[in-house]
Amino acid sequence: MAKPTKEMLLDWYRQMTLIREFEETSHQLYFDKRITGVYMHLYSGHEAVAVGAMAHMEIGKDHIITAYRDHAQALIAGVDPNRIMAEMFGKKTGVSGGKGGSMHLASAAHNFWGGYAIVGGHLPLAAGIALEAQYNNTGAVVLSHVGDGATNNGYFHEALNFAGLWDLPVIWLIENNGYGMGTETERAAGNPLLHERAIGYDVKDFGRVDGQDVFKMYDVMGEAFEHCRNGGSALVEAITYRYRGHGVSDKQYDSRLAQELQDWKENKDPINILKKHLLEEYKTVNESDLQAIVDESRRIVDESVEYAENSPFPTTLEDLYSNVYTD
Amino acid sequence: MADKNLPMREALRLALQEEMRRDERIFIMGEEVGMWQGTHKVTRGFLEEFGEKRVRDTPIAEMGIGGLAVGAAMAGLRPVAEFMTINFAFLALDAIINHAAKVRYFFDGEFECPVVFRAATGWGDQATASHSHTPEPIFAHFPGLYVCSPADSADAYGLLKTSIRDNNPVLFTESIGLYRMPGAVPDNPDYTLPIGKGKVKNEGSDVTLIAYGRAVSWCLKAARELAKEGISAEVVDVRWLRPLDTDLIFESFRKTNRAVIVEESHQFYSFGSEVAAQIQENCFDYMDAPIKRVTQHDVPVPFSKPLEELTYPDHTDVIKAVKEIL
Repeated sequence: MAKPTKEMLLDWYRQMTLIREFEETSHQLYFDKRITGVYMHLYSGHEAVAVGAMAHMEIGKDHIITAYRDHAQALIAGVDPNRIMAEMFGKKTGVSGGKGGSMHLASAAHNFWGGYAIVGGHLPLAAGIALEAQYNNTGAVVLSHVGDGATNNGYFHEALNFAGLWDLPVIWLIENNGYGMGTETERAAGNPLLHERAIGYDVKDFGRVDGQDVFKMYDVMGEAFEHCRNGGSALVEAITYRYRGHGVSDKQYDSRLAQELQDWKENKDPINILKKHLLEEYKTVNESDLQAIVDESRRIVDESVEYAENSPFPTTLEDLYSNVYTD
Repeated sequence: MADKNLPMREALRLALQEEMRRDERIFIMGEEVGMWQGTHKVTRGFLEEFGEKRVRDTPIAEMGIGGLAVGAAMAGLRPVAEFMTINFAFLALDAIINHAAKVRYFFDGEFECPVVFRAATGWGDQATASHSHTPEPIFAHFPGLYVCSPADSADAYGLLKTSIRDNNPVLFTESIGLYRMPGAVPDNPDYTLPIGKGKVKNEGSDVTLIAYGRAVSWCLKAARELAKEGISAEVVDVRWLRPLDTDLIFESFRKTNRAVIVEESHQFYSFGSEVAAQIQENCFDYMDAPIKRVTQHDVPVPFSKPLEELTYPDHTDVIKAVKEIL
């Protein structure tokens, strides 16, 4: 895999700080009751996984789909942060017109096929999207995120079997953050080496990777994309950690595992790892350059909140009934 | 053009074949649809004609079949996914109800989902409890999905074409008891029928019999028998459980002032429950008698032949219900 350039690394830093700012702001907005609802799943701590993986997507050609922890993929794909934040607020200007909320962001224009709220439900959809790529010989690859918890559900196994059987160009990127909601992976999986599940389905097993290190993510995902580009399915298991509860309303989780959380934040934070690398490798990059990127991310998120709060709610019966069916 | 006389399975086969010849994006997938020629032989000869790319034998994996078809449809293909029987579609309820029926809505129109789920429905041949469902109302409960179930060859031909050409997800069920029943089929490859429109299959003035699928044939037989006794029964085949042609139902009811609703499935929370509620809400001033429902008994379907036969209604139960309200 070719070494990423300085410009790429700075762009990754931009993406990762934007995600972090967006997620932590959303968390605060939820507890301030400015964002309402019960479901919101934050990506803080996972940033390097999606950033390192999506760096290989050919814009306008490859596809991305994920579960309900979907803000980061939308941001990286280039969906307007204003419209993402407006969706979190349930506003008419949201990417899904206020009908989907945090778990249902999508943008056809960005080949972002959306976030899905039923654990594992999007996995056969990913295989179906990959079938279209194969059917029409587009050369596209589908990147499908999947949480560790979903790997125990029937959808995962049926989707992987289809992908292996039909050589569908889809990458199954397991984000193993150690917990399916509150249950440790070891208490849920007969074999907790989740990547080995690929073997039973003739999906290429790319093993485990440190999901906190964007360079390692980038390298292994490059190989996975190359494999699928030539026809076939791949699986990567990224080991990561989420800084917030499974969902934003799961408060007890943070205190129960305070020590563990502190260790990950201090020693394995994906943004710090990239920052350290940038400062050590490039003499032309200094602290203030990186702070400027954080400040810009902060500004974008602040602007998105302002946009969302100033946007109207959908309120009419026409809003309510539109897009149940197509004419 | 002259009509052809075809059993319903052949009418379905012809519709699917003509649609696949017309549109390269259409492919079929399901258990035994290819090499085996289809469990109900609706896809006989398709693998030879269209090849493995468009005629896809699948593993026995209904969650995967359902979800994969949804994804392929969203991505621009036009999948016709077959569940060997509707009983197996229960395994795919999440893909059908939470995904096919909802992706358009929760993404506010960002994606279309032009998928057709075909499934054989109904009972017979001592198939026993888990293989003897006629559960269309369960699926029709949910907005975002269309549910269609033809009662004869001509409708099967036109309605399947309509379902395939439409951009909404459709659950299309085919009564096992009708596959062999012959009927006239229009010789017109563009023969389609409007979505959500039923049809009066027999005109009458004393009572309205409302049904879909195989139950329509019981109603028609009952109407013939009743006519011998001077009772004039109108038979309304709704064709679609969703959208439901309430206009046609109300129009008929306002003429006859009496209704018997007939279905193969259970009475509790049934097709009949919905139609009866619609009639009383909208035609109360026209009601001359209680609305009757003819359904199967409220038990799982047993194996033993006499018990299985006892479970289900037929035209004699329809006649009995009509006489109770005249």
